Amino acid sequence: MFDDLRDLYQEVIFDHNRNPRNFRVIENADRQVEGFNPLCGDRLTLFLKMDGDVITDASFQGSGCAISTASVSLMTEIVKGKTGQEAEELFKKFHEMTTGKDLNFNLEAIGKLAVLAGVREYPARVKCATLAWHTLDAALKNEQKSISTE
Amino acid sequence: MTNFPVEKIRADFPILAEKIRNKPLVYLDNAATCQKPQAVIDSIVHLYSHDYANVHRGVHTLSVRSTDKFEGARTKIKDFINAASEKEIIFVRGATEAINLVAQTYGKTNIKPGDEIIITAMEHHSNIVPWQMLCQQTGAILKVAPINLLGELIFDEFEKLISDKTRLVSVVHMSNALGTINPVKKIIAAAHANNIPVLLDGAQSTPHMTVDVQDLDCDFYVFSGHKLYAPSGIGVLYGKQALLEAMPPYQGGGDMIRKVTFAETEYNVLPYKFEAGTPAIAEVVGLGAAIDYLNGIGMDKIAAYEAELLAYATEKALQIKGLRIIGEAEHKGAILSFVLNKIHPHDVGTMLDSLGIAVRAGHHCAMPVMDFFNVPATARASFAMYNTKEEIDVLMNGIESLIEVFG
Repeated sequence: MFDDLRDLYQEVIFDHNRNPRNFRVIENADRQVEGFNPLCGDRLTLFLKMDGDVITDASFQGSGCAISTASVSLMTEIVKGKTGQEAEELFKKFHEMTTGKDLNFNLEAIGKLAVLAGVREYPARVKCATLAWHTLDAALKNEQKSISTE
Repeated sequence: MTNFPVEKIRADFPILAEKIRNKPLVYLDNAATCQKPQAVIDSIVHLYSHDYANVHRGVHTLSVRSTDKFEGARTKIKDFINAASEKEIIFVRGATEAINLVAQTYGKTNIKPGDEIIITAMEHHSNIVPWQMLCQQTGAILKVAPINLLGELIFDEFEKLISDKTRLVSVVHMSNALGTINPVKKIIAAAHANNIPVLLDGAQSTPHMTVDVQDLDCDFYVFSGHKLYAPSGIGVLYGKQALLEAMPPYQGGGDMIRKVTFAETEYNVLPYKFEAGTPAIAEVVGLGAAIDYLNGIGMDKIAAYEAELLAYATEKALQIKGLRIIGEAEHKGAILSFVLNKIHPHDVGTMLDSLGIAVRAGHHCAMPVMDFFNVPATARASFAMYNTKEEIDVLMNGIESLIEVFG
């Protein structure tokens, strides 16, 4: 019945939505930033534990749609062990993929995150996928305030 | 359904024949905006093709024709809401601008530090923010009458808020997020007993029921054209003549003046005092055509038909496990706001869209209502006179299928 949506709602996304990874509070987190999408009400708090420039742990709390939940869940898995700069580079690639300007974008280069490429076809949903990364960006820049997609 | 010519009405709306993602469009976002009948589209095309010039300006033929159509629409609107005079019908951009107009003219003149304005907990942002701005400017205080878990105004609590400091009551006639129809006659009677004027936000009610501003005895009534099957960018402020006469103008410019020198300006009479600049001429004419169209069907018949649609949709929705209706007032317009267990409204919106069904997913410009019900957002199906039981079946099947997919 929802054949048209198979690219957007891949099984991996349903899986992360049902069982979000790293859905917990990090006590004594080094960074804690709130992300908010006022259009749909998605709201998350991102926690980071840092060792120098390396992200040693990442987690989140909050509520959102399947796309935003899967996106932040996948992100917390992937950035663990990466330096801030590596994470920022990934954000740049992720942004390129989801905003869809480069039609030759190499999906293999972004690994697991490629499951979110489907949002390219749904402009109304791009912000659901990028909220997590904008929040991470603010956390890495050590901006304490909450960030908003609008 | 009882003798309502829905198929004939549907044929009058060209957009209803659209295919969305290869499926027939099921348009259930009428509380956001309504689609336009051919008669409205034709009225605009005809104006621009044959009769268009600026209004109230020249002696040339087209200006006269354009002015006649424009002022003719004002008379239709006056009759549609049973205002006493065309002087009480002010053209604005929409319900939002109408409320801002009242806040910045009536409000700024009459409201002083420590005075109070009463609204309800179910207001659209457009009936919250203009008053907050006025309170910041004047030092007045905004009081919010609470609602119960059904989404109804708690009338006793509203009455308790009325005091000798209250200067204005501004309430929604029908809630866009919940569908609740407020007991506006009771509200107005209670306020008037204390000499307090009442503004009704009629953005949702006007398209779905007969509105008689003299019978209601409201002091201000506002609505938008685009929810009334007319173009966007046009709306109406109704105000009792004595109140409008006493209010200062809203914006300065052409049309709202009688005489201008560099030393001073004499303002024009009602309604022009509040209509600075060239108005939305074609949009006004389109609004007139929409009212003709609605009168041809009958607002009471439309209200009865939509009540049947809501009853049918509510009954079906209650059979779906995991669906919770937000807004269960006893008196309710044809709006079905709902949340699904563990499925975010935004996902509901995207999934239904893939089936050709247009619903709204979000906070419906009523964030305090979402907070009250402790939901981040809802999905909302809002019905209009061109919707059918069959479309409601498509919606409910869609909801059941997406629940399955989400598991």
